[in-house]
Order: sequence, then structure tokens, then C-alpha cells
Amino acid sequence: MVAKTLHGVHVPHRKNTEENSPIRMPIPSKICLPLSMHIGKPATPVVKVGDEVKVGQLIAEANGVMSAPIYSGISGKVTKIEDVLLFSGQKVGAVFIESDGKQTVSESIEPPTITNYAEFVEAVRRSGVVGLGGAGFPTAMKLNVKDLSSVEAVIVNGAECEPYITSDTRTMLDHPDLVAEGVALLQKYLGAKRVIIAIEDNKPQCIRNFRETFKGDSGVEVTALPAMYPQGGEKVLIYHTTGRIVPEGKLPLDAGAIVINCSTLATIANYVKTGIPYYEKCVTVDGSAVKNPCNVIVPIGTPLKDVFEFCGGFRAEPRKVLYGGPMMGVSVPDLDQPILKNTNALLAFAEGDAEPPTETSCIHCGRCIAHCPMKLAPVEIERAYRMNKTEELETLKVNLCMECGCCAYVCPANRHLVQVNKLSKARLRIWQEAEKLAKEAKK
Amino acid sequence: MSKLIVSVSPHIKDSTRTSSIMRDVLIALSPALIASFLIFGWRSLLVTAVCVLFSVGSEWVFEKITNRPNTISDLSAAVTGVLLAFNLPVGIPLWQAAIGSIVAVVMVKQLFGGIGQNFANPAITARIVMLLAFTQTMTKWVIPDAVSGATTLVILKGESTEALPSLLHMFLGIRGGCLGETCGLALLLGGAYLLIRKVISWRTPVAFIGTVFILTLLLGKQPLYQMMSGGLLLGAIFMATDYSTTPNTNRGRVIFGIGCGLITVLIRVWGNYPEGVSFSILLMNILTPYIQKHTLPKPLGGVSA
Repeated sequence: MVAKTLHGVHVPHRKNTEENSPIRMPIPSKICLPLSMHIGKPATPVVKVGDEVKVGQLIAEANGVMSAPIYSGISGKVTKIEDVLLFSGQKVGAVFIESDGKQTVSESIEPPTITNYAEFVEAVRRSGVVGLGGAGFPTAMKLNVKDLSSVEAVIVNGAECEPYITSDTRTMLDHPDLVAEGVALLQKYLGAKRVIIAIEDNKPQCIRNFRETFKGDSGVEVTALPAMYPQGGEKVLIYHTTGRIVPEGKLPLDAGAIVINCSTLATIANYVKTGIPYYEKCVTVDGSAVKNPCNVIVPIGTPLKDVFEFCGGFRAEPRKVLYGGPMMGVSVPDLDQPILKNTNALLAFAEGDAEPPTETSCIHCGRCIAHCPMKLAPVEIERAYRMNKTEELETLKVNLCMECGCCAYVCPANRHLVQVNKLSKARLRIWQEAEKLAKEAKK
Repeated sequence: MSKLIVSVSPHIKDSTRTSSIMRDVLIALSPALIASFLIFGWRSLLVTAVCVLFSVGSEWVFEKITNRPNTISDLSAAVTGVLLAFNLPVGIPLWQAAIGSIVAVVMVKQLFGGIGQNFANPAITARIVMLLAFTQTMTKWVIPDAVSGATTLVILKGESTEALPSLLHMFLGIRGGCLGETCGLALLLGGAYLLIRKVISWRTPVAFIGTVFILTLLLGKQPLYQMMSGGLLLGAIFMATDYSTTPNTNRGRVIFGIGCGLITVLIRVWGNYPEGVSFSILLMNILTPYIQKHTLPKPLGGVSA
């Protein structure tokens, strides 16, 4: 179907927890719900300090379309609403809730009535779900398509190409019914004629199950992709399943595709069926410092240290803790940080696995070029960045970089190429804005 | 609890390091060194040892004086030393070999900023400097088991009336030439090792040697002899694949190899020097940034600005 495959790297799989069905952890004594767990505007709180809240109760509502509502995963009392410093360095308001231990379920939970496409998108918006693959893009926004006929393929992302993480694998193994119901919703309301379930071939059980489930359905393809990082990257996935290329600065929809993570889809299906909004999630807990690596179902907002404690604590002192996988995950400054909506894994590394290696001089081996899935030239981007040639950053297309980390992974000189690309993008943005202003001033 | 480390992703790395790459190159060079010992005797090891010693030593001293971080453990200076030695006649006075090594590491590499920053191949440039400075000793060849001293290329050029060695002798390296360049078998073994270890790309050597072969075939100049004489195999496998001084795009590597082959044949057939591999690589080194710039892959989904 597709003649050429994109480059990437073969990372160690380390899927130590793939056999572990998620265990529900005991209710934490308190949770912290930052109002910004998605791309876009922070949600607006609808509770006050001192309010009693129940499980599934709305805590903050979406602020406009590019936002998402937030629900409580525990019952108890709102103790404070104040700014917290997120891992990103961003200061954002957060609602703190102390558990009463009763887990009283909110009476507001009831399945939504959906009769048409608009109501379906509205239901997705109300479910509070955001893209669980990583970025936290509000899913309703993604599914809100002006012209449904432009959607040629909906790709259900079950690639899970990052090492360690198995939460999507567990969703596919433990809740295939929900994924199937999600697919049916996409077919029914989006009119998706072609649904592709894309899974890396290191998860043969998932592939077999779905092939069996959709045997009679000609509108659903189950595609086994070679296990290669970053197979689950949106643009890579679209190229490998449909052969389409997403143009620079455009959305997947411009290539006729919508990509939706399998756990996101299952969450939506669950909301449509039961009315239970998105307030808890499955997280893979692993890494060399963790005593009992496993999959855990945790309420969103649970402090990381409670989650680690549930997993038997640490076998060695953790030196680095990550939200997400080791290729693209973000290191967190302390263990009081909460589980966020898009936290699919929590990794803790002990001494020896945590320290970034020392940078040495670039030897121009070209490995970064040879492994870049987007066919960029990180070595040239780094040179342009260091020489302050911002204009060249534009021609080198640094904005296409998805920060997958293949370049830095293979670099024999341990250059911090992802960091340079991030900085390059920021510098380019400032430069482009200045150029635009200068142009307007000339007129 | 001590503070957590916060760093930018990715948080894992593969095991390739600069030193592991250079170690692989040294391993790949070892068959040719053994062959050189068998063909030319103990002195080949002595010359190599002197070159390595002075290359590594001058890097250490230079970095000490200029207060730069010490880089001798990345083994690149050792590789330069071995490569320079391989480009010298076995009878070279040791003090000249030492000077050549210092030129390679200090002048060609360190003065441009050290590893990865030099634009010309240190071993090749030093060899050319030595060829001009010590012309007599640099062109005095020892021919194993033979009476006089003309290299195959001199014979091929018609400047000597001696008989050509047999092709088998050529392949095994029993012929006149620099101490590490003669044994085709050993060099190809090393090249195969580098390909298997993914240290080099096949593109440059194939384009380089292929161009020489095709052009000399068209010109009726004994292509098989041309392939195995002079420093072609050594140059194509080990020096035209140097990272810093050659393009690191796939198309660029092919262009670089073809350019090297073309210049080599021009010099060998029409030039004043019998051998042109060193000059061809040095000339193409100069063109490298331009080749690189124009052969970068087209980014996926990139629209022209």
C-alpha cells in the first residue's frame, strides 16, 4: 500500500507490565485538579472552597471550545482553590479536594441522549476527555469537523510505541468492547467509512482480538505496524496507514484523516454508555526505581507519591520521575505533582538511569539525519541555531519537528538536539512575529 | 530525599558513542596493520606506533596549553595516527613521521576547533604536507621481494619499464606502496566490518571505487590494477568516509564519491603525480559544505517558504 516507510529508531520495548491488568488503587486522601490539563484555555471552576463534592461531579467547566471540563474522581470537600506550578513551568489555578472516604456518586451521572452528530460532539465535550496519547488536545475539538465528507479515514491509535507504557495495550485487552463501541460511534455519527485500528506488531494478542471482532466489517481495517519508534506519532501513523502526508502547519484533517487514541475512544464509549465522565485513568507505573511495576487505575489529580506508594514504594532512591515514556516524557520536579488527564505512564528511574549523558563535540556522523522520521537535518538545525541564523531555521523546517527524540537517541556525541529544536522553534516564532510586524509597518 | 533531576527528553540513549565508533575504526584498521607487518616487517609497526604516539600526544599537549577539555579518550587522535602511518612509506624517517602527526592533529584538526570542526581530513592533509616537504623520503618505496622501487601506478603510467605484479600479489598487497595501503584483502575486510557495524555508509566507497573503475575501463587503463593500486581502497573505505569532512546525506555521499573518483583518475592519467587519491579527497573536502547544503532531504510535508 505504502511504498516507503519513514525512518525511526528501534528502542528497547521494556513492556514489563503488559501482563498486568490494571488494579484500582485505594482512594487518595486528597487530589489536586489543575484547571489546565489540556491544550487551550484553562477551565473555569464552578465550585467554591468548602463545597461538598461527589464522584463524577463537575468541578470546572470548559472555557470556550478550545478547553475541556474537569470532574472529581473522589467525594469530599473543596479545601482550597489556588495557583500551582505545573511541570511545564506554567502557573495555573487548581482545585484541591479532600476525600471523605465515602465515594458518594453524583446523581448527575446519566447517559447522554445522542441522536445526531452535533449531540455526539457535545457529549464528547461534556465527557471531559482530552487526547490521551500525549498532547492533551481537547478531543471534541478534534471531532468537530465542518465538512464530514473530508474525513476519509479515522485512525484508532493503538501503536503505543514508547518503551514501558502498556496502558493502551491494557485498554485494548481488557475493554475491547468499549473500543468496538467507540468505533461504532465513529461510524454512526461521523459517518466514517474507513476506520483503521493501527497496532504495533509487538502486541499480537490485541491485533488478533480486533481482527476477530471486526471480521465481517469491511469498513474497519486492523493494521499491524512494525514495532518501530515513533510509529504512534500522528503524522507517522497517517503516512504508514494511508500514505498521506500532513502538510506543514496543517492538521491531520487536511490530509483527510483523524487520529484518535484507543484509550480516548474507549473513554468516550464509556461516557456515552454510562454517563460516567472522565475522572480516572489507567497509568503504567514502571522504571528502575519502582518496586512493583504495574498498571494502576487512579483518580485524576492523585499526587504521584500516593501512586508510587501503592506500587510498593521505591526499590532505590528515585533520581528522575517522568510523566509518560522515556522518549518523549517530561521530567517532574517533585512527587507532589498530580496525575494529569493525559498521564499514561509514571516512570521513576534510579541513579545511573537518570543522569543526562555529557555532551561532546558533534562529529557530523549524520545519524540524526538518517533517523529523523520527518526527514529533517537536526545537525544543520543545531548549527543554524548556534550561529543565530534564524531565517535558516525556517528553511530547515524546524517547525515540522515533533520532538520524538530519535535524533538525540542515536547521537553518539549526546547532543541535546531535542532541546535545541524546541528553542529553535521558540526563536523562530519570535522572529516570524517581528517580521510580520515589520511588514505591516511598511505598508 | 535529594532533588529530582529535570532534563529534556529523550531520557534513554542507544549505546553508540564517539569513542565506540573510533574503536570500531581501529578494529577495522587492524587487519591492514597485520598485513603491513607481514609484508614490510617490523618497521611498519614502529612507524605506526610513532604516528599514534605523536598524534595522541600532541592532542593532549595542545588541549592542555589551550585549556580545553581533554579528548584523547575519544580515540579519534589514535585513528588519525594510524591512518597517517598507513599513508607513509615504510622507510620514512621517524622524525618525519612525528612531524606529520603533529601537523595532522594540531594544524589540521585542533586549530579549527578540534574533533568534528575540521574541514579537511587530518591524515590526508598531513600526508600532502609531507609529500611536499619530504618529497624524497615520501616517494622512496620499498618493494617486498623485488629489486627496485617503482610503485604499480608509476609502472602503469609508463614511467617505469618494470613488469606489473600479478593481480593476486596486488590483492594480497605484495607490491610497492605506503605501508597500510597495499593489502586489498585486509582493507576490504575492515570495510566489511565497518559496514556491518553501521559505522560507514556503502555509498561513498562504492561511488568512489566504481567511478575509478568505470573511467579507467573507458580509457583503457587497466581498471583492475587501478582499483587495487595506490591508496584507493584505503582512501575510499577509511578516509572518504570520515564524518566531519564529508557530506552526511545519502545523496551527498554518492556525489562526494563520484567527485573523488573523477579527480583521482584525472590526476592518475593526465596529472604530474602518479597518485591522486589524497588530492581528490582533500579537494572534495573543500566542496563538502556545498554538497551537504544541496543534498539535504526534503522534509516530510515541508512547503517551500
